[in-house]
Amino acid sequence: MKNCEYQQIDPQTLPTPTPTPPVHQGSNNHKREEPKRPRRKWQVFPGKNRFYCDGRIIVARQSGVLPLTLGLILVTSGLFFIFDCPFLVKHLTSCIPVIGGILFVFVVITLLQTSFSDPGILPRATPDEAADIEKQIDNTGNTSYRPPPRTKEVLINQQVVKLKYCFTCKMFRPPRTSHCSLCDNCVERFDHHCPWVGNCVGKRNYRFFYTFIVSLSFLTAFIFGCVTTHLALRAQDGKGLVFALQESPGSAVELVICFFSVWSILGLSGFHTYLVASNLTTNEDIKGSWSGKSGEDVTNPYSYNNIFINCCSVLCGPLPPSLIDRRGFLPTDESAQTGGMDIELPALAAKSEINVCTQGTKGLLESATLSPLLSTSCPQGKPQAAQTCPDNSSKVNSDPSPELSTSCGARHTVSSTGNTSSPHHCKTHSKKSKQVALHIHNPAFDVPVTPTSLDTGPSSKAEGHKGATFTTLH
Amino acid sequence: SRPTVFIQRDYSSGTICKFQTKFPAELESRVDKQQFEETIQTLNNLYAEAEKLGGKSYLEGCLACLTAYTIFLCMETHYEKVLKKIARYIKDQNEKIYAPRGLLLTDPIERGLRVVEITIFEDRSIGSGR
Repeated sequence: MKNCEYQQIDPQTLPTPTPTPPVHQGSNNHKREEPKRPRRKWQVFPGKNRFYCDGRIIVARQSGVLPLTLGLILVTSGLFFIFDCPFLVKHLTSCIPVIGGILFVFVVITLLQTSFSDPGILPRATPDEAADIEKQIDNTGNTSYRPPPRTKEVLINQQVVKLKYCFTCKMFRPPRTSHCSLCDNCVERFDHHCPWVGNCVGKRNYRFFYTFIVSLSFLTAFIFGCVTTHLALRAQDGKGLVFALQESPGSAVELVICFFSVWSILGLSGFHTYLVASNLTTNEDIKGSWSGKSGEDVTNPYSYNNIFINCCSVLCGPLPPSLIDRRGFLPTDESAQTGGMDIELPALAAKSEINVCTQGTKGLLESATLSPLLSTSCPQGKPQAAQTCPDNSSKVNSDPSPELSTSCGARHTVSSTGNTSSPHHCKTHSKKSKQVALHIHNPAFDVPVTPTSLDTGPSSKAEGHKGATFTTLH
Repeated sequence: SRPTVFIQRDYSSGTICKFQTKFPAELESRVDKQQFEETIQTLNNLYAEAEKLGGKSYLEGCLACLTAYTIFLCMETHYEKVLKKIARYIKDQNEKIYAPRGLLLTDPIERGLRVVEITIFEDRSIGSGR
């Protein structure tokens, strides 16, 4: 051990950051007369998302066809309750509006949750992290103009998995994570970007999405069945179908909508049930990551090889918290105003102890090393300490508000028939849009990437690079 | 800015949250290797507890499904409870072990669970202050 004197700091004896900072801050704030309102993290969020309700609600930049989806559901259900229910209650049973009501509520709630919640966005790497990773990558001693390869290989369950480096987020993506170019975010366990819900579907909102499509299938089938029964009952005694439709025009609209949507929604539900049972994502299924198309013996390393456990882990597992702290306050304002610190501290303390504790200890260590006088160390050290971590994302209270996940690879394009459910359809569209998306999203601003790497990326249909790949030495 | 060491994620067991326990060279002079490994291992165990699939989490999941997941709006999930536990553990470790050695662990949740960031504070002998 080196013979140096470490400053033994006892955090207990020092003023802990409490929600009443003005005493400390006041004396030093005489320079800043008007404390500007502290900014929340969502206001400086780098992805292409929009936020409402002060960060509680997050949506993608383009809401896709979410209004259409919502409109169709509301209109169809409304017509159902207005036109079909009275007749069916009179002639059959009063359970019908009850069942319909429950399904309708389920559908709307899960739709809104899918659309408005964080799908599992990974916050971008801080500048320090990015620099550290770059240093590790550049260790190959690359002297040529060609940039070093940006993939890492990991062995998961005896399966080799390639981790790709994300140029936008400046980090190696965890397994099953993909970067959505529509929303410009990396999303964990990325499934697809769904324009119908106007959001990405990923780790955190997959269960909402699945419940939505399953309950929508039930609702659509239920309405379809009820309308058919209704019209059949009206048309009996030789009155004819035309007479029945004239009596109840709303039913005709419902019939058309339900008939065209029930097949695609049932198909989508069936497809996703298959995905859940095999613990696959749409992204992996479309790319054929684990289907052994390349001839090798590949299996899905994430599957538990048990349908029941797969379903439970995907749908009933613990819900991870949102990693982007939307409503947290920025540690220091971009314009370096610390007037906001007064208001920031109580909010931080109210939000989570983590931020405050780390900041507090950090500030203490900072001031301790900077000045020999321990007694004057106070949260003043915070601003400087905070600057080193501008990207503080401590989200302990998970707000399942909708998040806009950016579009990533597999993107459903809305076809004229509105059928986006069939996998084959998605396959052709997603591959094309993926290539397009890759071209769009790979910025070369501050990353030393030459154009050649950008070209080889999309053309190789995967973002892996040719050349030596890293194996993790652990 | 200060020198920092980043402990990266260990994906060899899949997508669960786990950090590498390899002892970084920069910390050799600062802290005991065994102590460091114990800290990281405890963190890994805590994260495993948060993500554990078992009867209790399934029950929570099924109940949530029945209520159309609206209970997530008012209830604190099991994961969040463990995250609070992790925050307390890190604070505790900082106070007892790392701060006296001029190191500071940052809670990984503040870095999107990507890294454990360890900030190294320069050791200057602050002679007169003592």
